[in-house]
Amino acid sequence: MKLFAEKLQSIEMTNKTNAKIEALVSFFEQASDQDKLWAIALFTGKRPSRPVKTTLLREWCIEVAQIPEWLFLESYGATGDLGETLALVLPPNESQNEKSLHQWLSEIIELKSKPEDEKKDYVLASWNSLDDYQRLLFNKFIGGSFRIGVSKKTLVNALAKYADKDPNQIMHSLVGNWHPKETSFEDLISGAHINYDNSQPYPFCLAYALDKELDELGNPNEWQVEYKWDGIRGLVIKRNNEVFIWSRGEELVTNQFPELVEYFLTFPHDFVIDGEILAVKKEGVLLFNDLQKRLNRKNVSKKMMQEIPVGFFAYDLLEFQGENVTQQSMEERRKKLEVVLENRETDTVRLSEIIEFSEWNALYEIRENARNFNSEGLMLKRKSSVYHVGRKKGDWFKWKVDPLTIDAVMIYAQRGSGRRSSKYTDYTFAVQAEDKLVTIAKAYSGLTDKEITEISRWVTKNEIEKFGPVRTVKPELVFEIAFEGIGFSKRHKSGVALRFPRIKRWRRDKTVKDIDTIESVKALIQN
Amino acid sequence: MSFVTYTKKGIYCKPGKFYLDPWYPVDYAIISHGHADHARWGNKKYLCHHHSKPILQHRIGSHINVQSLGYNETIVINGVKVTFFPAGHIIGSAQIKLEYKGYVVVFTGDYKTQPDFLTVPFEPVKCHEFITESTFGLPIYKWKSEERLQQELIQWVLENQKKNRTSVFFGYSLGKAQRILKLVEHVAPIFVHNAIHKTNLAINSAGIELPKSELIMADFDKKKVQNKIVVLPPALLGSRMLKRIPNAATAICSGWMQIRGNRRWRGVDAGFVISDHADWDGLLQTIKETEAEKVYVTHGYQAVLSKYLNEKGIYAKELNTLYGEEELSKSEEAIEA
Repeated sequence: MKLFAEKLQSIEMTNKTNAKIEALVSFFEQASDQDKLWAIALFTGKRPSRPVKTTLLREWCIEVAQIPEWLFLESYGATGDLGETLALVLPPNESQNEKSLHQWLSEIIELKSKPEDEKKDYVLASWNSLDDYQRLLFNKFIGGSFRIGVSKKTLVNALAKYADKDPNQIMHSLVGNWHPKETSFEDLISGAHINYDNSQPYPFCLAYALDKELDELGNPNEWQVEYKWDGIRGLVIKRNNEVFIWSRGEELVTNQFPELVEYFLTFPHDFVIDGEILAVKKEGVLLFNDLQKRLNRKNVSKKMMQEIPVGFFAYDLLEFQGENVTQQSMEERRKKLEVVLENRETDTVRLSEIIEFSEWNALYEIRENARNFNSEGLMLKRKSSVYHVGRKKGDWFKWKVDPLTIDAVMIYAQRGSGRRSSKYTDYTFAVQAEDKLVTIAKAYSGLTDKEITEISRWVTKNEIEKFGPVRTVKPELVFEIAFEGIGFSKRHKSGVALRFPRIKRWRRDKTVKDIDTIESVKALIQN
Repeated sequence: MSFVTYTKKGIYCKPGKFYLDPWYPVDYAIISHGHADHARWGNKKYLCHHHSKPILQHRIGSHINVQSLGYNETIVINGVKVTFFPAGHIIGSAQIKLEYKGYVVVFTGDYKTQPDFLTVPFEPVKCHEFITESTFGLPIYKWKSEERLQQELIQWVLENQKKNRTSVFFGYSLGKAQRILKLVEHVAPIFVHNAIHKTNLAINSAGIELPKSELIMADFDKKKVQNKIVVLPPALLGSRMLKRIPNAATAICSGWMQIRGNRRWRGVDAGFVISDHADWDGLLQTIKETEAEKVYVTHGYQAVLSKYLNEKGIYAKELNTLYGEEELSKSEEAIEA
């Protein structure tokens, strides 16, 4: 546990991926196999089920620390993390112990079935034997989610480096079905429980943003133009009656989309298809915000699948019946893709539409209208191009619609969480509606650290009211808010919903008198 | 408040006709310590501790009219007895005790109750009214002993040297920098930035000896600092000078480093929880020891601390001062403390 804590601390401190990998490798080099397994389990979300409710942890901590509850909550507000607050509010530990990570987690698993007074004794004794940071980890094991600055990909790369294996195979091994109590480290990383031949992916071919005039691309006939979709780029692999879905992040996301797996399993052929995973209904493509609700869940409920059905728009074919076709031309690959999907297209799974046009000029209007059905612009692909590895200039371009912008005033500010807990980083903005202000968007990205620091300071001085973590502030600071789309909405008080609102810049030159009105915002909605 | 009142310009002693750490220029200012949010420019006359005098002259100007006093020494100003007591915050920091017609008010400025290796240790002073800071007024703030900190810092430097890395500490040029020098003295040669060097010279002129350190300028010799220790003011985070330091391992030393989010926010390699302010227990212990009937809480978590005290049956009130502001505007807020 000590070693784990030490390495995690250095992982947390750095934002350099290589340094994180180095720390993980050094952990794997020194830790026992059992500890390695548990570390991997924790990083991949295989935490033991919660043996003690967090409300109890809080209650016990308040009792031991002898502080009023409101003071605990103030402290919680300052750290933004329950496990950390518990760790810091408690008095310093009086003893040390050297239990291994494996032992801690085994004890925590057994704890679940114990009576409450025994649980309390165990937790209190544990708190008293761990320093601040190990206490924080213990609290995370026991009560909360264990999310600490290591992405699945970083973990996979560290393991691959340590064990000298193919990262994609490791990824498949980790995503596969295993439990730290039932496998050995060797078996896990050598993939004894999986068949990697079936899941092995291809690297994605990526596009550059269009950086020249359309007519500089040459003859329009040599180009295939499609809509650009804003979902999750996905690689669907079907081999030997198994289906795998890889995301752009080189993660296996198969389990998140059961309806796609079921659908692709019905195909007679084996293939690898590149496409876009989208939330899509009969009427069309939904917002990315909707798709997001489906992501990174442990279990996808039936209700969720009905509310936000997921579809797939196929862009490209990379492998057919075991044959790699990436070196064939886009045009040939597209023909084969059409054959694969022939008579199998549904409302939600279909070929990416090819836009017919004869002159470059015609594309401007098509691009402008793309927003109307939640597309974010156009993709231009050279018909003669092979499927490149990664980003290669000249053959594939993305041509996005320009974002819309409005000027709005900040009315609420909220502290960030985790790494940003000391600053006000999340803001709510409003526009003018007759004689009052109406909330239009919440946004938190787009400012520099320096601006955030300055705004945080301003918020402290200009707060009017507190609602829990939210501060109402004087409507004074004006920001230009950019967004990708806008539609009418019954759920929002303003009557409109913005898609991907973000802060474009802080308009220090403007005052609250200069902000947009709700009428001028509504006028942006296209019918 | 009693004969000491709160005004727009600062905390004012009516019968004495002087201000305590005023934030706007006044005729007569008694200064608790040399940090810029307490010792401001433009006062006609200053009174501070002997050790703060050269610091004020260095920071505000050599021309200022400044008189100084030792700890436990008393002078009478317009009938008000003024005595300085050690505040343990930085070199020359003093609590200001005012006594008028048998009524005692103590103003802490900033203070730290745990002894370090450099400043004269804090002494609690009995009083009727206590004006206390509250920078770290939450129970999550608990400091380690100076010995523990020393171990941590030395170990970090030695580990860095094993990996052929230069240890770079960031600390406010007055106070934190000297404390760091003392903590890592004799471990490796130490290099300091000009702002720290000049502050050190001012402190030396007060007759205080500091650990040996060498000045580095922008065009320093890289080979010379490799594997050694460098101390820089926080403003140099991300600077060109830092980039020139070969194989730098960076560390911020500040009380704010107690919080995980703050440690990660800065993108440095280490965050050491080293503060020159009282921690939660230090604040409560001190307030108890002063036996004060009324407590006025200034800069920091004033709302939290005064609410807590009131619940405990100690009369307490918030005072909204402008202390802590100067550092903020230099975007050093997370480091000065």
